[in-house]
Amino acid sequence: MKVAKNPHLLTTLGLGSCVGIALYDRENKIGGLAHIMLPYSNEFKNNSNPLKFADTAVEKLLYKMKEAGSNIEKLTGKIAGGARMFNFKNGGNDILRIGDRNVLAAKEVLKSFDIPLISEDTGGTYGRSIVFHLDDGKVVIKTVGRGIKTI
Amino acid sequence: MFDVGDINSFYLDIFKEIGNIGAGNAATSLSKLINKKVNMEVPRVKTLNFYEVPEIMGGAEKEVVGVYVEISEDIRGCMLLLMSQHSAEILLKELMAFNNISSGSFTELELSALEEIANILLGAYLSAIGTLTDLRIKYSVPSLAIDMAGAILSVPIIKIGQMGDKVLFIETDLLFKNNSIRVNIFLIPEYDSFDLMLEALGVE
Repeated sequence: MKVAKNPHLLTTLGLGSCVGIALYDRENKIGGLAHIMLPYSNEFKNNSNPLKFADTAVEKLLYKMKEAGSNIEKLTGKIAGGARMFNFKNGGNDILRIGDRNVLAAKEVLKSFDIPLISEDTGGTYGRSIVFHLDDGKVVIKTVGRGIKTI
Repeated sequence: MFDVGDINSFYLDIFKEIGNIGAGNAATSLSKLINKKVNMEVPRVKTLNFYEVPEIMGGAEKEVVGVYVEISEDIRGCMLLLMSQHSAEILLKELMAFNNISSGSFTELELSALEEIANILLGAYLSAIGTLTDLRIKYSVPSLAIDMAGAILSVPIIKIGQMGDKVLFIETDLLFKNNSIRVNIFLIPEYDSFDLMLEALGVE
């Protein structure tokens, strides 16, 4: 989890089923980027690490952004990731659908904090790297063999 | 109970030996498949925090061929076979059925051949572990992905991440063609499987 101010960039590399949650404060040009692995902390017994879960990670990210001088009432959100990296012919089990669950949780959590989700690049069967630009809030997504996309 | 976060050299040696026995059998299978000598490196046992994994495995954005299987029954967890695109191409060539491997992208047939090779190697690995421990191990149909190492590793990381903050990898490399071609095999057991394996091996 990282928080920075323009002209810095925030990156997270090789996201698979994990989801990158990018929050942007346009006024102060401050951004925060969380990289979550699992949906809700209360769904798991061992949940002592807040950075792993969508709900606790966003909460912590908001706290850190506030500390960095951000107006957290006016944030916007973008998310990327949540792929299904491996497909099984017989449908597969829960863990292979975790990407979808992570995306859903990320969206619900943003909504619960009244942070509008303005764009996303989620799902699919491929990995993504994220570069989050803090001058204008754009999120550039790199893939293997599927080009570069800006959301 | 064995604690993944507190692994000492005694346990380290046992897990290395598990890697040795499993990968040794996989190396024999590979050698028969390609009719060439296959070398094996000393297994590495690593306990890592999740966010360190992709970097320590050689860079999150590095493009790799990965084949994933889930293991169940007595020992649970997953296995992953990783190799570079180049290694996968050479491996296919060595099987002789594929003379003109197009560099950069594989055909459906080549992909399913790679899955089948992985199936044989991982099956050989697990059957040796099963015999050693007298535990039942069932494994899923393999599934292949060609993508960034970080994205591929996110699958076992998330699987283990549901139980805790650290992941223990037993990693062994198979090498052939003067050690220029490398196939990484990872065994990633779930937390409760460690006690079971240790108990089966007579370790208190």
